[in-house]
Amino acid sequence: MDIILKIRRFNPETDTESRYQDFRIEAEPDERILDVLMRIKRFQDGTLGFRKSCAHGVCGSDAMRINGKDRLACKTLVRDVAQHGEESVLIEPLRHLPVERDLIVDQTAFFERFRSVKPFLINKEPPPERERLQSPKERMAFDDATNCILCSACFSACPILEENQSFLGPAAVVQAFRFLADSRDKGFEERLPVLNASDGVWPCQNHFECTRACPRAIKITKRINETKRMIEAYQKSQSENK
Amino acid sequence: MKHTFDAIIVGSGGSGLYAALEVSAKAKTAVLSKVYPVRSHTGAAQGGISAALGNVEADDPRWHAFDTVKGGDYLVDQQAAMLMAEEAVQAVYDLENRGLPFNRTPDGRIDQRRFGGHTRNFGEAPVRRACYAADRTGHMILQTLYQQCIKNGVHFYDEYQVLDLALKDNQCAGVVALQLSTGEIHVFEAKTVLFATGGFGRMFKITSNAYANTGDGPAICARRGIPLQDMEFFQFHPTGIKGLGILISEAVRGEGGILRNNRNERFMARFAPTLLDLAPRDMVSRAIMTEIRSGNGIRGDRKIDDYVHLDATHLGKETLQSKLPDITDFCKTYLGIDPAENPIPVLPTAHYGMGGIPTDTHGRVVIDNKGTLIHGLYAVGECACVSVHGANRLGTNSLLDLVVFGRRAGRHMADYVNHGDPAGIATDATDFSREWITRLTAKKKGPHGGRIFDKMQRTMMEKVGIYRTETHMARAVGEIQTLRERYMMVRAEDRRNAFNTDLLELIELGNLLDLSLITAVSALNRRESRGAHSREDYPDRDDPQWLKHTLARLEKDDVGLTYKDVDVSLWKPKPRTY
Repeated sequence: MDIILKIRRFNPETDTESRYQDFRIEAEPDERILDVLMRIKRFQDGTLGFRKSCAHGVCGSDAMRINGKDRLACKTLVRDVAQHGEESVLIEPLRHLPVERDLIVDQTAFFERFRSVKPFLINKEPPPERERLQSPKERMAFDDATNCILCSACFSACPILEENQSFLGPAAVVQAFRFLADSRDKGFEERLPVLNASDGVWPCQNHFECTRACPRAIKITKRINETKRMIEAYQKSQSENK
Repeated sequence: MKHTFDAIIVGSGGSGLYAALEVSAKAKTAVLSKVYPVRSHTGAAQGGISAALGNVEADDPRWHAFDTVKGGDYLVDQQAAMLMAEEAVQAVYDLENRGLPFNRTPDGRIDQRRFGGHTRNFGEAPVRRACYAADRTGHMILQTLYQQCIKNGVHFYDEYQVLDLALKDNQCAGVVALQLSTGEIHVFEAKTVLFATGGFGRMFKITSNAYANTGDGPAICARRGIPLQDMEFFQFHPTGIKGLGILISEAVRGEGGILRNNRNERFMARFAPTLLDLAPRDMVSRAIMTEIRSGNGIRGDRKIDDYVHLDATHLGKETLQSKLPDITDFCKTYLGIDPAENPIPVLPTAHYGMGGIPTDTHGRVVIDNKGTLIHGLYAVGECACVSVHGANRLGTNSLLDLVVFGRRAGRHMADYVNHGDPAGIATDATDFSREWITRLTAKKKGPHGGRIFDKMQRTMMEKVGIYRTETHMARAVGEIQTLRERYMMVRAEDRRNAFNTDLLELIELGNLLDLSLITAVSALNRRESRGAHSREDYPDRDDPQWLKHTLARLEKDDVGLTYKDVDVSLWKPKPRTY
């Protein structure tokens, strides 16, 4: 069947503002939107700019807005967005990050926030000769948070970031939670200043847009709330100890 | 723009990041990567990383080394395999200590599972050797190493495409790279350079490889006169999702999954009576293609796109969800089926290049049979050939290769920068790169790369695939040579500077064409069947003639071949049965 991809284009060297361009193309219902974009690029218009790599939802390169939802182009099938042919599918870059070209956004701000939560195991005790022990239950406590591929879909979906551009954002909190909930990690106090800042975890108001957008099925909103509870519990124990 | 470092790492997958951690602690280091580091294809590795920890049953590094040698059909350099198996144990503990969230046994140790070709006591029965984190082991390794790089302040140049290597006599002087965001050409002067650019599976039509896997490092080395080793050995993974090539981990069979034909028969019982579905990948892929050709595929029409079933329905929802969650997700997303209820339609998919830039066990690039080095130049991971995988890699040994040899190369580089003087980069170092890009972006009419890309992938898939013959491969060589001529006329439609991904694709295409030619010529010349190189006209392994590594040199439009000895100092080659 034929579908129309309505793609938002922007080239900083020639354009002052973005514009939409229609591409009419034959597509199979089982194809990925990324397959269709690649065919446009290789056979219709080589100037179309987008990122891609693994093509099966594990590298996080091709997050974009498809019909207004933040998704991976390689995890969205044509039949998910067009059933009958002749439909128009809207393709736009992610929000809350500057567009560098067409569907390519500058993720510097996203990765800066990720780095700010110290996303690495903090444990100053020397490791044993073999592995550090961890029970299966302790391991599963942070399981879904380890799935994050840093694609920025949640960052784009977050309604808080529309008004407060300095909010830490969903992915960075998930990445912090991944370590806070790891029985081997001792870095809670080191991460606290960033998480407990006014732009840290607190601006989140449970809209659940991040959870809906996550292509890795992470319960992001829940993890943010759990992080808030950890901070509150810590503050309570601190004040009781005084 | 010109930059000066002690050490440059090209590539930010598992091996590049591990090397970067080691060398950056002691020398001024930068990592160049065509993608953001967490996007590298190491992240797509699923099933596990092998090490004889013995956490769930008795194991021994010597058994691991032997399995690696036999799995590689005796083309493995045996001391290198032994070293990898021995260092595997500490390497896995190091990853755990750095935070990697392995699945655990009830007593809190790293859990281990079965994988193809890994056995106890030199082939007796399958052994649980693969340490794993669900079916996302590669993702966890990549994340853990990147986390450590952040902690240690490693300096990254993200989205820089390497274009060329600068050599001065037999010494490395640096690299030339294209900054994708601006189109600017940069010179990175360095005493030592490591290529860790990953695989080149995109030369084939159906592949598990990422778009980024275009063999940039090996292609650059080949154009600079460095031979590539054993390029005829390319592994087809038995279980890719039919039509798409997306990998369905061997861990599905490690957990008990079974391959079945249209009679619902467990056909591997006929091909590998002891290891059954856990035989090495080359054998399972051939078994699948043999079934399909005999009319035993699910459709039964004997066409090359017929398929077989991977049955995991008996594993139960709980095992699938806890140990194979991503596989379950892929099946639901791309096939609309739940593997707990329906068998998965699978077909072999181009997966892993055993060959690459020849190195020793420190990652140093060695260019001939006499041990001649390119001083300061290193390669690790899939782009390199140590050779620990020989003619066919065992599952889980790729992640191990990255970690063990990434660390060894990084340490050796850190030491190397303290000795001798830098070669100094020549003023004309960027000439080749500039001419290449100028040609591709010239305001002239020329064919676009899309059709050439498509034709190259079809040629390699159909004529240099699982089963090979003289006639087909000779035709492939001719076709690839024609495509390389047409490539000289190709022009990018996009002539802008910022994020010119059209130009990037053409650069990648040029690399893949060079590697396709080398692969096809190396394969055509090897008149035997060994591991993944399976010839219908020479069906047997021929040790007297062919127990040797290929060294293939790109000589303009042709490829010159010489050969190199295999280290068989530990185990005498024997027939390979399972």
